[in-house]
Amino acid sequence: MTTYILRRLLFAIPVLIGASFLVFVSIRFVPGDPAVAIAGELATPELREQVRKDLGLDEPMLVQYAIYLQRAVQGDMGQSVRTRQQVLDEILLRLPKTIQLASLSLILSAAIGIPIGVISATRANSWVDAVSMIFALLGVSMPIFWLGLMLMIFFSVILPSWLGMTQPVLPPTGSGTWKHLVMPVIALAANSMAIQARMTRACMLEVLRADYIRTARAKGLVEWKVIYKHALRNALVPIVTIIGLQFGTLLGGAVITETVFAWPGIGRLLIDSISYRDYPVVQGTVLVITFGFVLVNLVVDVMYAYLDPRIRYD
Amino acid sequence: MSMSGNTFEPIVELMEETAPPTSGVVMVLKRLMRSPGSMMGLIIVLAFLFISVAADYIAPHDYDAANFEMRRAAPSAEYWLGTDELGRDLFSRLLQGARYSLLVGVISVGIGLSVGIPLGLISGYFGGVADMVIMRLMDIMLAFPSILLAILFVAILGPSLENAMIAIGVVSIPIYARLVRSSTLTVKEELFIEASRAMGANHFQIIFVHIFPNTLAPIVVQSTLQIAVAIQAAAALGFLGLGAPPDVPEWGNMLQKGRTYIISAPHIVVFPGLAIMLVVLGFNLLGDGLRDALDPRIAR
Repeated sequence: MTTYILRRLLFAIPVLIGASFLVFVSIRFVPGDPAVAIAGELATPELREQVRKDLGLDEPMLVQYAIYLQRAVQGDMGQSVRTRQQVLDEILLRLPKTIQLASLSLILSAAIGIPIGVISATRANSWVDAVSMIFALLGVSMPIFWLGLMLMIFFSVILPSWLGMTQPVLPPTGSGTWKHLVMPVIALAANSMAIQARMTRACMLEVLRADYIRTARAKGLVEWKVIYKHALRNALVPIVTIIGLQFGTLLGGAVITETVFAWPGIGRLLIDSISYRDYPVVQGTVLVITFGFVLVNLVVDVMYAYLDPRIRYD
Repeated sequence: MSMSGNTFEPIVELMEETAPPTSGVVMVLKRLMRSPGSMMGLIIVLAFLFISVAADYIAPHDYDAANFEMRRAAPSAEYWLGTDELGRDLFSRLLQGARYSLLVGVISVGIGLSVGIPLGLISGYFGGVADMVIMRLMDIMLAFPSILLAILFVAILGPSLENAMIAIGVVSIPIYARLVRSSTLTVKEELFIEASRAMGANHFQIIFVHIFPNTLAPIVVQSTLQIAVAIQAAAALGFLGLGAPPDVPEWGNMLQKGRTYIISAPHIVVFPGLAIMLVVLGFNLLGDGLRDALDPRIAR
């Protein structure tokens, strides 16, 4: 097991180096002078000259990358063009907000998506199944940001008018209280919920056809025991993988959700930075989100091997 | 000279007995038609294609004509879905927007296909160093959440519809490369590949004449689903202000502009979102249906 984890860790390193190289190179594709891109369009000639010297922009590309990587590993991702703050400080300030949003969405989506999938599979081809799967398909097809806007209309216009209130039931934007969390979490969770419901149904259907399920039923086991103790436990392995992978997708989706609800996480930081052409922050946020994504995938892989004894570790 | 002479009759009869009763396409269509979901998907997709082509002819108003006296008007007999913030007919703009979505879907999937397929074929067929290099590159691209990578590309290239299409297309390359590689690995072990090699076919012929056609089924399914992904991604980029210029009636754009008036004129954001959802749903249904219809394991 330890060797397997170590191997997976070692395998993640070249991927991370490649990803950081891609992010590093990307800024070189900004039209014009990279020194301008990094120091900002309003920077003085002296500042640009200093940036050029600091980052070794006269050196060959690989040397520049080595400098960049060395600094990034030490937590120095450069300075924000907009605020002149350290990029890492700006990110660390907002990261907890994004993690909060993504984790709550993950919990909500699993708590609803998996039971829906189980119910659908056990009553395959019934009307319950049909209705759930239609909703799941709608959930997969619905744009996150549009669902966010619809929730805003519902909680700020429709529901207050039903209840005879003059104020929105939930605050449409910002953060601070649990009320601020409700809409962004639902909006972000909907898509994953739908995917998990569909996956759970498919996995359960597969497992329910297995011989040992027939055996369990034949020996007279009560149906809920067959489903929860025998079928679901075996179907859980791929489901857990999907949940884990969803966390990465949620990190990406957070970029959009945070913009809709003005949620002060790193996704919003990314979009704001793009409009200010604040490239050091753009690079930093993309790098941090991607590292998080790779890390989560790694944990999922390891967990998968742990959950499924058929996977060999050597 | 007539071919219906008596000499050919036995052969014709024999052919009728042994040849499959219908062609592959007809068979797939027949299977599609048996599933109500797939049929609905097919109808939505066909309607979407028709609207994209005929938008100019079926639109009740000029999509760009502003009527300042009717700004943000609610749906009415004259403006079926109401008007936007400049008093332009929302319905006509939605019809026009279908074109942009179709364009994004087709071009970005085209980019993904035209780069991903050759990479997958080379990787799967030749193996070795080429396989390793290509697949590690694909792993790196897959290390990013895909919408994030698209956002990064657009941020660097500059916001525009063209760049959004390129970004979405590039991000989908590894999906195709992996898919084609895995089919290639299976197909290349088949006996008919060995036979054609024995008959002197070169690598190029084997890859494109023999292997490629046999990897098509999963590619068709994936591309249909990928069009849905592309349309959603383009709308997201448009919504984030990273897609088409503000005046273009792209659906994501319309949502972004309408956001400001969400309380006073909610119809401006309701309908473009419904349009996106409907079209994405159509391609998803069709893709799911095609997967079942093309799957040889599902005997009917």
